[in-house]
Amino acid sequence: MTSETQDLGQDAGLPRLTVHLWSGLRRFAEGQDAVEVSASTTGTMIAALKAAYPALIPALDAGVSVAVDGRIIAASLDEPLDPENEIYLMQRLRGG
Amino acid sequence: MALDQRKTDFTQVGTRPNRPDGLDKVTGKARFGADVTAPGMLFGAILRSPHAHARIKHIDTSKAEALGDVKAIVTRADFSDAIQPAPGLEGEQWNVLENVMAGDTALYDGHAIAAVAATSALAARDALKLIEVEYEVLPHVTDVDKAMAKDAPVIREGAADYSVPEGMHPNVVRYHESGHGDVEAGFARADLVVEEHFVTEATHQGYIEPHACLAQLGQDGKGELWCCTQGHWYVQKNCAALLGIETSQLRVTASEIGGGFGGKTTVFIEPVALALSRKANRPVKLVMSRPEVFRATGPTASTSMDIKIGMTADGIITAAQGTFRLQGGAFPGAPADMTAMCAFAPYDLQNVQQIGYDVISNRPKQAAYRAPGSPMAAYAVESVIDELCRKLDLDPIEVRLKNAAREGTKASYGPKFERIGLVETLEAAKAHPHYSAPLKPGQGRGVSCGFWFNHGGETSVSLSLSEDGTCQISVGTPDIGGSRASMALMAAEVLGIPYESIRVTIADTATLGYNDVSHGSRVTYASGLATIKAAEDAVVKLSKRAAAKWGIPEDAVKWEDGHAVPSGPNAGNFDPIPLAEITRDMGQTGGPISGHFEATPEGAGVSFATHIVDAEVDPETGKTAVTRYTVIQDAGKAIHPTYVEGQFQGGAAQGIGWALNEEYIYGEDGRLQNAVFLDYRIPVASDLPMIDTVIVEVPNPGHPFGVRGVGETSICPPLAAIANAVSAAAGVRLHALPMSPPRILAALEQQRGTAD
Repeated sequence: MTSETQDLGQDAGLPRLTVHLWSGLRRFAEGQDAVEVSASTTGTMIAALKAAYPALIPALDAGVSVAVDGRIIAASLDEPLDPENEIYLMQRLRGG
Repeated sequence: MALDQRKTDFTQVGTRPNRPDGLDKVTGKARFGADVTAPGMLFGAILRSPHAHARIKHIDTSKAEALGDVKAIVTRADFSDAIQPAPGLEGEQWNVLENVMAGDTALYDGHAIAAVAATSALAARDALKLIEVEYEVLPHVTDVDKAMAKDAPVIREGAADYSVPEGMHPNVVRYHESGHGDVEAGFARADLVVEEHFVTEATHQGYIEPHACLAQLGQDGKGELWCCTQGHWYVQKNCAALLGIETSQLRVTASEIGGGFGGKTTVFIEPVALALSRKANRPVKLVMSRPEVFRATGPTASTSMDIKIGMTADGIITAAQGTFRLQGGAFPGAPADMTAMCAFAPYDLQNVQQIGYDVISNRPKQAAYRAPGSPMAAYAVESVIDELCRKLDLDPIEVRLKNAAREGTKASYGPKFERIGLVETLEAAKAHPHYSAPLKPGQGRGVSCGFWFNHGGETSVSLSLSEDGTCQISVGTPDIGGSRASMALMAAEVLGIPYESIRVTIADTATLGYNDVSHGSRVTYASGLATIKAAEDAVVKLSKRAAAKWGIPEDAVKWEDGHAVPSGPNAGNFDPIPLAEITRDMGQTGGPISGHFEATPEGAGVSFATHIVDAEVDPETGKTAVTRYTVIQDAGKAIHPTYVEGQFQGGAAQGIGWALNEEYIYGEDGRLQNAVFLDYRIPVASDLPMIDTVIVEVPNPGHPFGVRGVGETSICPPLAAIANAVSAAAGVRLHALPMSPPRILAALEQQRGTAD
């Protein structure tokens, strides 16, 4: 891992978060069902995921929702995140 | 949005006043999509492909153009597709243009090929007959399993995205897999494992009002559009992109809407009418015929599903596995992911896996239809649970209670649940007289649970007060289910003025900030939340005026029952001032008073329902009669209980049609065989029993009044509940929807043959 990717993935000023992936994403994240990135909001978390796991970029660009302690954040990038939160990536929700 | 001070004591919310738009709608005064006219307008008509799959080699419009009544003809060349995706559109939306007007290839029977604007509707239709199209007919496929087979014709090369693992047929365009635990270990612990295959046919949303619009677009790129839609800002964005104009130059006004159910969340004819108008330099009206609606607007996906569930002898589910194949027409976007995520969501499962395939075929692009994907998934899953209960001789509600998801349960799609009300619906079902009522011979009873996520979305609301103390509210979400009444009730609750003193208007795109579509059961939740916040904003301003009048600090005023009231030890002793007294003088005390709120609320909260159905099957004809139906659903908080009940009943009624009669029937030639209501049979009054309802209220922590969306969850359980009732009544389980009389007769005859 280069120092650049270490900086992106482990930003010293940001809390370290555990992000759970749906199982279809695991093949894009070295087989892991949860990954760690440094971020403080849903937006910075997604940016950190892209930096640390470029193979996830198509999935993230296609649109994801984020479940934070069970509350589903459909699209907002400014929701605050904390290491204590249970964080799950979900596919972007739609409705009828 | 954390809401730590949720209101629970109401004076107006929860009452049942008449809806403000009711009289206009039942007397024909309300203006729906086809009611709008403009001076000098032309009439549009669209030429559609007679082939399921064909290369368009040449289009000759010269003979049609020679007609004096014809003022414009457009083809794909008249749209902005220099860049794909079209500018301003992302992801799946890039397919919108291809669906609106075919490019090189007609992808389904009914695909738009060209359009005409003429001085009369008759002249426009006559002109279509003079347009010559040279087709090269290509092999087609309309069935989901056949479309995935190795030898299936490839419909669109390169349509698959990143998610599809290598080795799959190019018609598989999206793939989803989720779950947790070890399903094989779970199945090994079960006393009984049931594995079954199910299929469902595509159904149409069946709204009575066909798509209709009136477009006016100058060659300077400035235009207006009136249309029936669930989301006019979305229409504006799409049309502007497809016409290559600035969004701000196109003003879109939503008409009243005669039903949508998800089918009016995208554009079909609106960009075509605008393109015709630009070319003719006159307003153009386009109204779909019913066959056009069926052939070229979104039905649901059809499905092929495999479900495997293991259970202990005392009714604990040890593992569950589902494979969901969805055919969504010639474009990516079938809700395979949502189907998979909803499938097992009602249950607390240690071992669960769900896989979804989005498969393209030569059918019209599927569109959302109330909880897209969830009803089909529930049909398959809840049928297998019912089968397990029968074989293990267990009560179906007790089994569901034993396995029910609760607050803190790890959902089948990953995260834990917040406060949810599934158990409350099951307990209400168990206690309901319907569940213990005796059945007549030949009748059967079925139950099912259902789940939907619900949605928030971008929302803006503006509220202004008049000098006489009345109030106008501008919202951006078309009123499909009585939302004007709900908004008025919520504002009345906050302001403390009568419901009748509030007028709610659906604003156009030029007069309010962006609003997401009326979909995802989001309107009472999100527009309601925004209305409450806008009213609270106005209350702050009203209180300031009172404080200034009394000469006391602003925070020494509180708002009670429509009055400013001094509050706190140093506030002084003043008589309360009613709202109307403050607004009467507002021009002299600081100017007009209004309230605003704009946000993307993210606390929609998921919801659950439990349905109980009795059905009677005639063994001679195979006809099913639904004899009793009870819907029990968590509404969080019912703002206007009558309209909540209406949503419950509407979902059940549509579910009855989907379960028993409705289906898209395709011939060997890939053409739709039943494109009118005489042949596509939706329920009529005589097909329906009185549908009883029970509103459960487990407040949603993400809404100030506790609201959860109710529009979609109500259609999740019916397919399964009816299938389980039919199975009990007929003594044979069908594995395909609809359970039409011929299918039931065939199943009964096969059973008799097997018995012989």
